Amino acid sequence: MMNRRTVIKAVATGGALIGAGVLMPRLAMAAWNTDAFKADNQGAAMKALLGAEPSASSDVSLKAPSIAENGAVVPVTVKTSATNVESISLFVEGNPTPLVAEFMIPAGTAPQISTRIRMGKTSVITAVVKADGKLMSASQETKVTIGGCGG
Amino acid sequence: MSMTRREFAQLMGLAGAAGMLPLQGFAAKKQPGELYEVPNFGNVRLLHMTDCHAQLLPIYFREPNVNLGIGNAYGQAPHLVGDKLLQHFGIQPNTLEAHAFSCLNYESAAGKYGKVGGFAHIKTLVNRLRDSYGREKTLLLDGGDTWQGSGTSYKTRGMDMVQATNDLGVDIMTGHWEFTYHQEEVLKNIEAFNGEFLAQNVFITEDALFEGADEYIFDEDSGRVFKPYTIREMGGARIAVIGQCFPRTKIANPARFIPDWTFDIYDENLQELVDEIRENEGVDAVVVISHNGMDVDLEMARRVSGVDVILGGHTHDGMPAPTIVKNNGGKTLVCNVGSNGKFVGVMDLDVRGGKVHDFRYRLLPVFSDLLPADPQMAKLIDDIRAPHMAWLNEELAVADELMFRRGNFNGTFDQVICDALRKVNDAQVSLSPGFRWGTTVLKGQTVTMEHVLDQTCLTYPETYVREMKGSELKLILEDVADNLFNPDPYLQSGGDMVRVGGFDYVCDPTKPIGQRITEMTLDNGEKIDASKSYKVSGWATVGARSEGADIWDVVGDYLRDRKVASIDKLNTPKLKNVAGNPGLTEYS
Repeated sequence: MMNRRTVIKAVATGGALIGAGVLMPRLAMAAWNTDAFKADNQGAAMKALLGAEPSASSDVSLKAPSIAENGAVVPVTVKTSATNVESISLFVEGNPTPLVAEFMIPAGTAPQISTRIRMGKTSVITAVVKADGKLMSASQETKVTIGGCGG
Repeated sequence: MSMTRREFAQLMGLAGAAGMLPLQGFAAKKQPGELYEVPNFGNVRLLHMTDCHAQLLPIYFREPNVNLGIGNAYGQAPHLVGDKLLQHFGIQPNTLEAHAFSCLNYESAAGKYGKVGGFAHIKTLVNRLRDSYGREKTLLLDGGDTWQGSGTSYKTRGMDMVQATNDLGVDIMTGHWEFTYHQEEVLKNIEAFNGEFLAQNVFITEDALFEGADEYIFDEDSGRVFKPYTIREMGGARIAVIGQCFPRTKIANPARFIPDWTFDIYDENLQELVDEIRENEGVDAVVVISHNGMDVDLEMARRVSGVDVILGGHTHDGMPAPTIVKNNGGKTLVCNVGSNGKFVGVMDLDVRGGKVHDFRYRLLPVFSDLLPADPQMAKLIDDIRAPHMAWLNEELAVADELMFRRGNFNGTFDQVICDALRKVNDAQVSLSPGFRWGTTVLKGQTVTMEHVLDQTCLTYPETYVREMKGSELKLILEDVADNLFNPDPYLQSGGDMVRVGGFDYVCDPTKPIGQRITEMTLDNGEKIDASKSYKVSGWATVGARSEGADIWDVVGDYLRDRKVASIDKLNTPKLKNVAGNPGLTEYS
């Protein structure tokens, strides 16, 4: 059994290898949906990326802090019990451009992603899972505060 | 030295006869032996203290006259003050208990009943409560905020309090201000602590794990930095105790001291842990020693099932009885035991066959005149203080009125701090954090540097002076007000409102963020303009370290010069939509 540290190292190494691949950036650019990533409101971003707005579903689990320790790097984890997952995307409604990331889930891959997102202010975070052509979501508000004044 | 009950009662009687009790009326009404006479009940006794803020010696501490409950918290413990608190808990007015738990008639009652707390006095009480019950059936739990709040804790980086809690015999603790030292110092202090430091909700960051933090953390697989729980066998029962640190430590205090650790409430992890413990450890009761703050504890008790008792701290609420919260798993008792060494909670449990059948609870105020100092602890405290006496004892001014902090808005001592920042740093307005620690000075008492340190002593004391737009000032006030008045406890952070100097405002706590603060107006009557710049002075910045002098030196300079500690004007807001709120009394 791999321990946590080994897993993290393995993941980091894997990431570095992919990043070094010469073809990767061009492939990634080809899939880059400019309209969606540049949209300045969430509805438009969802439509541009996914074609429609999703419906809330208990099959999607979104984990994010209720109050961010640092708005610049808010840890977010999305999991789903759905099958045939094609993609998982993340939206922060209050950001100037709400679409934060889209993860393509290759067939046979566990549909779970963890990342850190940047948030300028308190906002609802929405995770959208695209599976079997359906759009399912989970949302949560994360508070971003200037801090201080603890008792 | 351990005293029998009888010896203790005799000693108490002698104390009265020897004139240690200031007034005869007090002695006649309440025999001290009776006050500290706690009948034994059940088979497990949990003694609980929290938030002493390194107050080794007896002090004065006035409870708040403003502790507003908003939303579901309206009129509920702990958001009760004055008469409303007494009525809720069935406490007779004008008694020792009324003085201990409320702000009513504070000055005259404090003169009558004397100082509270002090580790040598707490130790005498704790020993008695252990001996009368059977030491092997008692635990002493400390909710944290123990290593910070005094000049000696600052100078020794919290180690003075590790020594004091070791001498007191604290079995288990958790923390919050403990994390305002560098993480290596925190680990060193925990190493020197004889009890167990528990926290289920502090995790290592992935970056730190990658860098090799697995060398010291408790459990690499879960990522927990500290041991999450412990099992104690006592009174024929197995008791699990889980630690819960202050979940907002990296937001409310500087994250830079503890870069590798991350905190949150993590109630799902807590639920998993409780379920695992119940399934695998064969326990009869599950207790959480928490630094969430009482509102968060109440909410957590609604969400998480299987916890019998939450012994809570952080919000400094001295609650005479637990709040009983019903949840999926039955019910959870939520306690909070005040601050500054003023109280010791006594929770006696009847635990049998995997279940808590019944309980008895007392929150005992520690009146220092009624409890003789434990000589060994008194000697330790003397030794700790000896190298710093010249600093601590400097006489700065005479208090011309009651000097206190606790309450949702500016106390008089806060105003002195805000006035000092404006005067010494030549600023138009000033800001001072709404901490809930800080002791009380009676009118006529000499204000020493130690009193100033009681209000200001932390590890990021540097002051600043800078230009701020009116809109920035409003943003700060709105943000802090939301941390205090957000109706969702999980979105609160537990401090009081930021203290201000040089301007007033109107506050409607019932409104959402962005709409609570209006009519910000300078003392000269000029309205604060969102687009205009103002010269602002403050201290205790959590982001980056500030450049200015330490706050206690700024306040020291101000008081030395002024010679009298008094205020010309209290910058408390005009409140809207809270008339009749049971968390408000004597507020004008």
